[in-house]
Amino acid sequence: MKQHRKTFVAWLQAAPMMLVFALFFLLPLLFVTVVSAWDYNEYEMIPAFSLRGYSDTFEGCIAELPSLCTILKTYLNTLKLCLLTWALTLLIGFTVAYFLAFHVRSKTWQIVLTLLCTIPFWTSNVIRMIAWIPLLGRNGLVNRGLEGVGLIRQPLEWLLFSEFSVVLALVHLFTFFMVVPIFNSMIRIDKRLIEASYDAGATGWQTLLNVIIPLAKPGIVIGSIFVITIVMGDFVTIGVMGGQQIASAGKIIEARLNALQFPAAAANAVILLGVTILIISALTRVVDIRKEL
Amino acid sequence: MTKSSKLNRGVSRRAVLKGAAGAVGLAAGSGAITGFPYVYSADPKVLRYLGTAVNEGDEISKKCLEDTGIKIEYITATTDDVTKRVITQPNSFDVLDTEYFSLKKLVPSGNIFALDAKKIKEFDNITPVFTKGQLPNGKKIGDQGTAPWKVLYLEGPNSKTFSKTPTEFVTLIPTVYNADTLGIRPDLIKRPISSWTELLNPEFKGKASILNIPSIGIMDAAMVVEATGQHTYTDKGNMTKAEIDLTMKIMTEAKKAGQFRAFWKDFNESVNLMASGETVIQSMWSPAVTKVRSMGIPCIFQPLKEGYRSWASGFCVSKAVSGPKLDWAYEFVNWYLSGWAGAYLNRQGYYSAVLSTAKANMTADEWGYWMEGKAAVSDIKAPDGTVLEKAGAKRDGGSYDDRMGAVACWNAVMDENDYMVRKWNEFIAA
Repeated sequence: MKQHRKTFVAWLQAAPMMLVFALFFLLPLLFVTVVSAWDYNEYEMIPAFSLRGYSDTFEGCIAELPSLCTILKTYLNTLKLCLLTWALTLLIGFTVAYFLAFHVRSKTWQIVLTLLCTIPFWTSNVIRMIAWIPLLGRNGLVNRGLEGVGLIRQPLEWLLFSEFSVVLALVHLFTFFMVVPIFNSMIRIDKRLIEASYDAGATGWQTLLNVIIPLAKPGIVIGSIFVITIVMGDFVTIGVMGGQQIASAGKIIEARLNALQFPAAAANAVILLGVTILIISALTRVVDIRKEL
Repeated sequence: MTKSSKLNRGVSRRAVLKGAAGAVGLAAGSGAITGFPYVYSADPKVLRYLGTAVNEGDEISKKCLEDTGIKIEYITATTDDVTKRVITQPNSFDVLDTEYFSLKKLVPSGNIFALDAKKIKEFDNITPVFTKGQLPNGKKIGDQGTAPWKVLYLEGPNSKTFSKTPTEFVTLIPTVYNADTLGIRPDLIKRPISSWTELLNPEFKGKASILNIPSIGIMDAAMVVEATGQHTYTDKGNMTKAEIDLTMKIMTEAKKAGQFRAFWKDFNESVNLMASGETVIQSMWSPAVTKVRSMGIPCIFQPLKEGYRSWASGFCVSKAVSGPKLDWAYEFVNWYLSGWAGAYLNRQGYYSAVLSTAKANMTADEWGYWMEGKAAVSDIKAPDGTVLEKAGAKRDGGSYDDRMGAVACWNAVMDENDYMVRKWNEFIAA
């Protein structure tokens, strides 16, 4: 009887979160999936079964072989941007977290420096991105500077509205999402393990590879999940920094929504969700986060 | 023990609340509450105005409150979001500020109220551009695309079909319109520009831009394609699949060759691109050109020999509006056409729907500069008092008759819209 009440109370405690999760996440997701299999016309969705949203999306994928169809090209491009951003944020994020966890001794300074990492988030997304133009533009600071010291004669065009600028902005924005979970994992590493490693004669690199990285894995995976899911769905940053000339999975959904083609947009959302889940599940294969936490 | 009794009480209280909520819900559902607030209305007259930021000036709502006692509550969204909202949430607004081309999507949804032409005081004085497709002097203007007179009238009060001949049931009362063309930086181009073909001229490689709103962008693209002589469209605003393919193929080749610096989507982006010199020639809107110029940077809204792409917007009323609120909506529309607002719009470089009333609210010099293509006698000022042009300046493109008379096509929603959007995505991905 007592046991029974205990479980009941536990459920009750979890209920608010469950309710929020079900109402604002599971239910909408279900709607999106259902709508993705509806038909549509110029101005409304028609609740009749149709896979038009999907078949339109994959239009030409077989007919145009060996050249790639729009959707495959778009996804390849999105994946490429995602991979570049992930690799760079991981490298930078890991280094920053390492510095914070092992080189900064006082807790106060660790907190202060971590807060400093949030500076990019103090202004709005749009303003941050617009601010790149005076810096990287044709007549921007970087080009002026390089011309000034005589390194280049013509302004560098690829600095802005290119894949370079997209990756730069994404790395600038999302490195923080890597720093925090990795830092969190690192700070929990028992310092005696590192001492033991040195005592056993390991070099700095060997300690890093054999002790710190394996123990920081959960943080790395959590950070990777953050970065990958955000970049896969992004269309604002890629849009503004890419001069709207670079395709992304999110951009396709946006264009469909704006044309009031909700079922087609929903179909694309389901596809994007599927691809992202595949990537994430591959990642969690590498590390069982639940076990490591 | 005490714990369980507390729990019980909690449950019973919740049950009571639930019951009460249910009763309210039921009442709302049965329609018992609808209309209720109006009966006891001692509140000020309020209208919820849904539209894009471009036309939602504080000056206008202030003046309107002063003149009519109607309080305007702006609901601001982007062009696409406005359309989405009308279709999905028709109860969330009273008056709608939208463009004629959206009507092809809005009217079939059944969410737009057919306005009674007889209740619009100045209806007969609305410029014949809208009612007949001709200038006040009788000259016919371009009718490609969703030209206003094709979608102005409905067959009946509850009809979802556009009438080809005038009826008393009006979809959208026009307020503001303009003729759009390419904006250029004369200081960086240093030679005259006279044709849409220049947008794809390799001379401006990496320095051109087009707007990334598919339904408008493709019209600009069509103006270019037709100007290059590669194809003559039967109707640029209603292309066949083959025509869409051809247009996008030419644009894709240009994109791959690096012709475009960036595509823009929002007013401020277009200003930024032009002002920073990232682009020197691009599709643009009139107030954006004015803004670049007010920053002290030379920029021209260049008239081109193939003509302009035009757009027009105005007011619709939601089908959910009834009772006194409907009267206020008519009162508001009538006030808008009565002159003050028209003069305000004309001073920004737009055109007002009723020319006679706007004229009465402008000085002869202002009217001469904005509408007649005459050189300004004294400095021309924006509605907020900043100097736009020095005395002696003339408007780009000249008079109303010159500019509106040279309209080649109107913003449009095509029959093949679905296909076009897919092709546009392909173009972006190329």
